[in-house]
Amino acid sequence: MATQTLTIDGKLVTARPEDTILSASKDAGIDIPTLCYLDGLSAHGGCRLCMVEVGSQNRLLPACTTPVREDMNVSTSTPRLVEYRRMIVALLLAERNHVCSVCVANGHCELQSMAYALGVTHVRFEYLSPELPVDVSHDRYGMDHNRCILCTRCVRACDQIEGAHTLDVMGRGVNSRIVADMNQPWGDSVTCTSCGKCVQACPTGALFRQGSTVAEMEKDRTMLQFLVTAREKKQWLV
Amino acid sequence: MDLQDLRELAEKERRSQAPRSIRCCVAAGCTSANSMAVLDNLQQAVQDAGLKDKVHVSPVGCLRLCCEGPLVATDPDGHLYHKVAPGDAEAIVAGLGNGGFAARRGDAASPFFALQASVVLDNCGHVEPERIETYIARDGYTALFKVLREMSPPQVVDEVTRSGLRGRGGAGYPTGVKWSMVAKNQGDRKFVVCNADEGDPGAFMNRSLLESDPHKVLEGMAIAAYAVGASSGYIYVRGEYPLAIARLKTAIKQAGRLGLLGTHRCNSPFDFRIDIRIGAGAFVCGEETALMASIMGERGLPTPRPPYPAEKGLWGCPTLINNVETFANIPAIMRQGADWFAGIGTDSSKGTKVFCVTGKVKNTGLVEVPLGTPLRTIVEDIGGGVPGNGRIKAVQTGGPSGGCIPAQHLDTSVDYEALGQLGSIMGSGGMIVMDEGTDMVDVARFFMTFCMDESCGKCIPCRAGTVQLTHLLTRIIDKVATPQDLELLESLCDMVKNASLCGLGQTAPNPVLSTLRYFRDEYTSRLRAGGVVRRALALPLVSLS
Amino acid sequence: MARLRLATTWLGGCSGCHMSFLDMDEWLIDLARMADIVYTPFQDVKKFPENVDVTLVEGAVANRDHLEQLEQVRAHSRLVVSFGDCAVTGNVTAMRNPLGKAEPVLRRSYIELATVNPQIPDEAGIVPALLERVYPVHEMIRVDYYIPGCPPPADRIRHVLEELIAGREPKLEGAELKFG
Repeated sequence: MATQTLTIDGKLVTARPEDTILSASKDAGIDIPTLCYLDGLSAHGGCRLCMVEVGSQNRLLPACTTPVREDMNVSTSTPRLVEYRRMIVALLLAERNHVCSVCVANGHCELQSMAYALGVTHVRFEYLSPELPVDVSHDRYGMDHNRCILCTRCVRACDQIEGAHTLDVMGRGVNSRIVADMNQPWGDSVTCTSCGKCVQACPTGALFRQGSTVAEMEKDRTMLQFLVTAREKKQWLV
Repeated sequence: MDLQDLRELAEKERRSQAPRSIRCCVAAGCTSANSMAVLDNLQQAVQDAGLKDKVHVSPVGCLRLCCEGPLVATDPDGHLYHKVAPGDAEAIVAGLGNGGFAARRGDAASPFFALQASVVLDNCGHVEPERIETYIARDGYTALFKVLREMSPPQVVDEVTRSGLRGRGGAGYPTGVKWSMVAKNQGDRKFVVCNADEGDPGAFMNRSLLESDPHKVLEGMAIAAYAVGASSGYIYVRGEYPLAIARLKTAIKQAGRLGLLGTHRCNSPFDFRIDIRIGAGAFVCGEETALMASIMGERGLPTPRPPYPAEKGLWGCPTLINNVETFANIPAIMRQGADWFAGIGTDSSKGTKVFCVTGKVKNTGLVEVPLGTPLRTIVEDIGGGVPGNGRIKAVQTGGPSGGCIPAQHLDTSVDYEALGQLGSIMGSGGMIVMDEGTDMVDVARFFMTFCMDESCGKCIPCRAGTVQLTHLLTRIIDKVATPQDLELLESLCDMVKNASLCGLGQTAPNPVLSTLRYFRDEYTSRLRAGGVVRRALALPLVSLS
Repeated sequence: MARLRLATTWLGGCSGCHMSFLDMDEWLIDLARMADIVYTPFQDVKKFPENVDVTLVEGAVANRDHLEQLEQVRAHSRLVVSFGDCAVTGNVTAMRNPLGKAEPVLRRSYIELATVNPQIPDEAGIVPALLERVYPVHEMIRVDYYIPGCPPPADRIRHVLEELIAGREPKLEGAELKFG
């Protein structure tokens, strides 16, 4: 089928049939908050920040995985959605030890900027304060589980872009943890190519370059899309 | 094998049956109460009494009244014996045909049995789960032959649609609609999957059925495969059901050997093979997308729908997923027709439903009733009410996804819509009776803790939300929560329900919401006023010795 | 309009927020014209006064003294503002929470890392007992406004105070709400 026309936040938008609500919104200059989505990687649908309302149906839909449909009427930031997003970010802030002031990613963290963009003034939930390790066994990179939000961008970057699949998730629920190979120190991993794509993909300070101190860990979040475009379209667009 | 062979086999089996029989339950409930020893002793006692040709001792599946196990039934006397010990074998054999063995005799005509219906469980307790011949002798696999010989796939789908059968896994999606979608969708291959990952606390319908009558489920799957055009199928059984797995394996092997499954099954041009996949104990793998991921060898995580399994399921192919009990209804519908089936139940909920009645109730066990039966009939007449003249406070249906129905609504008709209106769900069939001593906030916390432990961790609302909900409920139980905490509990329930990725998270708040709806005072009476220092009094201070 | 009665207090924190307060520099002189500072660690006032309009609370709640102070603050202040990340989130002060209780923290600090005379200080009435866990202020008392930051920049503090003095709702938005 040819192009689809839909309404997003009252604005008429034309989209390709293969577009999702998220990609169509982005092209139309409408910003939908995301944390687990990253251009260049497959959609995950886990963070639930991109939930939108469609038409009059009560059920919310994740923009990152919902294909556009002709005549869809999408609302991306109703009061209810904003309240849910605040709650989700607050849940993340309470889940692990996100101490922004002493974090390598302070000032460059998507969780931090998402919190203030959504107007999270404080966290009403109980801080869980889990005791979590920091893996600095790798020569070049470190993994701080205290800062991880389990978005799995690193896992997907490692699998889908680098093809190494060193990283994956073990455990379940709140005890889930990113692991290297069969849950061994990252430095002992035989599959890791030390490419660093996971570090660039990570939204927070959970993955960082060794030697970075507070606020020093800036990341290039366009790197993966650049690689994908280069590979698939042979276009080296910076 | 063709139809003639099947009929001959059935006839042969019927002829070989002895005039008297003793049926001993060997499903998991009774075996855990030592029924295998009872079975051995019964066989020995028959041999010792020289009745080997006249009395057949058969290991059968569930006889339903699980709380009184091990259960033994005798035919044609119609006696049912309760709590049979291995030492009772001789007395039972001696009592055959002359009044029975009074000391252990139960009332086989009690309301527990008299008020039940049998569609799904009609073979349970009659066929021997490890002998396909006994299933064939009770018209087993005739529905499959009928379908393959006399009906086109669209006719089969149409028959299921007209029957009004709805999914028995909990959500109640119309089975015929699901079948027709899979049948319509094009794919190189198609799959039929049986969801036997029964995980709700207090639910064991699927286990009992698979342990008692595995061939019925296989036959249902084989019919479905023909209807939707699938050539292979999987039964996904949780690893905690070793007996069900063993019996399914035996059943698949036997059906394959007789040519009822496999290549050119039933002498037709169609192939259908069934494999078993064993779950590793994650509740979320009962969710269909997580279940498929697990079958494909991946981590059992749900994925957003669409695409639905009917479009892109296993390995991207159209896949039909139904619950054990849904498949078990199919052979009867094909044999007796959609109209017969649609004659049972209510306008929108057709047929029967199997429940596991447990908790504070006299008769716990497996109960099959027509849909639309009042809840009171199930828990008070069939279940016998609370032991010791206690009173029912609420009935929990639908497990961790369901809700508590308070005593004032006991006259509700048990169907999909009525239960939904009360804030609960039909669910897979767990039914937990609670008496007046039950603390409803604690019940809510029990289910929330379950969901927290079973959350896969993929989406944030469920992963972190269930933890916070559990904490808030604990604060309320510990009497340190404030009215603001209760507000937070309610708004978090709302978010988790609406924003979670899969059914596990979306329904996790239900036990809280339904207890809040009917037993709100049990929450509010434990709140402390938001004083100056909110929780200081309850805070532990470090003690320095 | 009556002059604003302003208080500031300092719980479990590094006093960096108060340093940032002083970084408001010459505006402090303007502030002194508009408000009476009736209680603050910068002055030697023993008892928390009554009828305070606004109290800024720096630091997280880490010991019994903090609880008693908060009780006074909430009882006598019309508005309470969580002042800085420790008060708002627990922040660095709460980094001991993953260790579980207070005892391992004290043991680590005063025994394991001691070079001379290792002992846990427990002089009754002098050293306040630690709470088992560190809490943000709003876990203990009702909080009206939040000023995040470690420390909050002087401009952010000034903005909130200006709004309060003018009798308006102070509203921080966007990056003004950044933690850290």
